[in-house]
Amino acid sequence: MYFETWAAAWAMEGHGAYVWWAYLVTMLALVAMVLAPLRRLRRHVQWISGDIKRRGATEPVRADGAAAGENA
Amino acid sequence: MWSFIHKLGSPPWFYRFSGTFIRWLLPITVGMLVCGAIWGLLIAPPDFRQGNSYRIIYIHVPAAVVALAGYYVMAFAGAVSLIWRIKMADVAMRAAAPVGAVLTAVALVTGAIWGKPTWGAWWVWDARITSMLILFFLYLGVVALFEAYENKAAAAKACAVLSLVGTVNIPIIYKSVDWWYSLHQPASIKFTGESAIDASMLYPLLLMIVAFYFLFACAVLLNMRAELVWAHRQSSWLRQALGAA
Repeated sequence: MYFETWAAAWAMEGHGAYVWWAYLVTMLALVAMVLAPLRRLRRHVQWISGDIKRRGATEPVRADGAAAGENA
Repeated sequence: MWSFIHKLGSPPWFYRFSGTFIRWLLPITVGMLVCGAIWGLLIAPPDFRQGNSYRIIYIHVPAAVVALAGYYVMAFAGAVSLIWRIKMADVAMRAAAPVGAVLTAVALVTGAIWGKPTWGAWWVWDARITSMLILFFLYLGVVALFEAYENKAAAAKACAVLSLVGTVNIPIIYKSVDWWYSLHQPASIKFTGESAIDASMLYPLLLMIVAFYFLFACAVLLNMRAELVWAHRQSSWLRQALGAA
């Protein structure tokens, strides 16, 4: 570690507030950037499993366009 | 190679591939980000002129670099969707837009925080900073334009055109520090010739740049998965895949 104490690392010779805030803001933004699509994905998956239950079967609704080469 | 590209256009294949890919890449990326941040914050030596405020470089530069590269990814996907009408390219283009917007915002905000102790101002209407702000609006523009259309096919086409036109801005951002008298310092890392940065500062920076690229890839793939799952909510391949999981 470059700094001798944790207090020195926190203060960074007067620049601590700038540096730590910049890292905090960045971390929050990056976490949100990954969590947002994850939550959307989970919501969609929940809707689909609910839909499967509602219809009372896991039978495919649409059997035609299910081929692996489908480009849609 | 061509068969790989062909497979990328297939939603069931892409769904499986991206799932496995993210499961490996995301933990590695988080580990790299944590290591890089600790390295940059606590281990690397301070800059002889800027002191400790320069430590913001380890998040500012990676965010800016990937925000710029991400725009090329988005514009390229837009071109592919315009020319070959590949639906997956359109999905990729729209998945990249919000991720690029977040990274550009991070670059702007951390730049402002860095600017205060270094230049004495949070914000200056400097060529580099202004062109980055335009990049931010271009990303937001692609997101907003798609939402503005009722007809989603027309929306996708308009977004692709906008993202292609916006590529003009990217070389301007790159060259802005050379073309105009600027407060912003020029690049320290060079592909040709010696970098103007010591190895003890360079290695954590390179680690963070790679980590940000990986995180960009993860976030874009996750956005694409979320979009695909909803678009194919009635498809049997997806229901079987979800049932098996």
